[in-house]
Amino acid sequence: MERIPILRMGPFLLITIQVDMHDKLAMQLQDDVTERISDWGSAGVLIDISSLEIVDSFIGRMLANIAAMSRVLGAETVVVGMQPAVAITLVELGMSLPGVRTALNVESGMELLNTSLGRPQSGTFHDSNEA
Amino acid sequence: MGKLGEIISRNQERIRTDWSNDMAKSVQRADLISKVELEEQTRTLLNAIAQGVSSGQTDDVTGSAWNSAREHLQDISSSRARQGFTPSETATFVLSLKHPLFMTIRQELAKNQEEMFETIWTANTLLDKLALLTTEFYMTTREELISRQQQELLELSTPVVKLWDGILALPIIGTLDSARTQVVMEELLQTVVATNSKFAIIDITGVPTVDTLVAQHLLKTITAARLMGAECIISGVRPQIAQTIVHLGINLEDVITKAKLSDAFALALQRSGRGVFRLSTGAANGSGAAATARRED
Repeated sequence: MERIPILRMGPFLLITIQVDMHDKLAMQLQDDVTERISDWGSAGVLIDISSLEIVDSFIGRMLANIAAMSRVLGAETVVVGMQPAVAITLVELGMSLPGVRTALNVESGMELLNTSLGRPQSGTFHDSNEA
Repeated sequence: MGKLGEIISRNQERIRTDWSNDMAKSVQRADLISKVELEEQTRTLLNAIAQGVSSGQTDDVTGSAWNSAREHLQDISSSRARQGFTPSETATFVLSLKHPLFMTIRQELAKNQEEMFETIWTANTLLDKLALLTTEFYMTTREELISRQQQELLELSTPVVKLWDGILALPIIGTLDSARTQVVMEELLQTVVATNSKFAIIDITGVPTVDTLVAQHLLKTITAARLMGAECIISGVRPQIAQTIVHLGINLEDVITKAKLSDAFALALQRSGRGVFRLSTGAANGSGAAATARRED
């Protein structure tokens, strides 16, 4: 069965969406994410959609859903790497994803999660400027 | 039908001379086109018309026999549209052929009234059609010109500039309509990705009016930038515009707005953990102090 891999990076989960999302895959991902958060006690979820080029209201809703579910389980969600075309499409569809935090890339997403959890920026994320 | 072709080919040079003389009296714009050029145009066009007439298809100028006439007309009217001729001047170029042509027909068919009327009628409808075609070509050229200029204006008016590492500025000049918002939005988002910028300052000093539509377009751009992970700050809100926004009930509460571009820049610097400080007098002793000293002289 096809599924989207969820990687564990310290207290965070890293999900990279690289294939076309369809209903089954999205439901599976929602199941997996909620499962992992409660199993591993993760504090943050990072969804990388930089290779997603086509988006519809379904994927928009899925992202909002995952963010809302994670928040209920006590984890912050950051969506990173959205392409310009995808962002424009979502806005035109009227989906501004109000409950979802965003960042330009995985690096700044990690930084955002670290700061919002009040952690020192070390461990999984290494800032070369402050080395 | 055959008669008209015969008459034209027999008297072609005379018709052409009369034609250019007529034109010299009415619409020859000596400031825009030279006499030699005009003679050349009348010659090639009359040749092409004679060719079309001799095919016998005088009631249909869209047929293949009229290809060369249509091409010449297109060349002539598009070059005139660019040179600045008026539409009537361009159409009169073809219509002024009527007089010399009718005179020739009258001379040739003086004995047969019935045939003369028929031939003149054929020539008349034909020239009307050609004149309409000329006007059509003229309009097409003008429309192309306008749409190209619009495109150029669009490209000119959306510069995205980098103020600092990770801080972009987008000065908008002119009214924001849907088409421009699309261009501005795409340009901004692409630059955000390319330069990895966390802050984008949209400066609306050059936007004359902000109504609900413009505000909606601005909000769309800001939301799209936020989805990508960049924060937008609106700057250059003039007092009148601030009043308009409040009177219209536009909700800009989720957006950071500043009066001046400098305020927005300072905020962006502060949020990215930077700041601007005056150098101490000792450190500025070099060029700065020298410049001040010179100004005081």
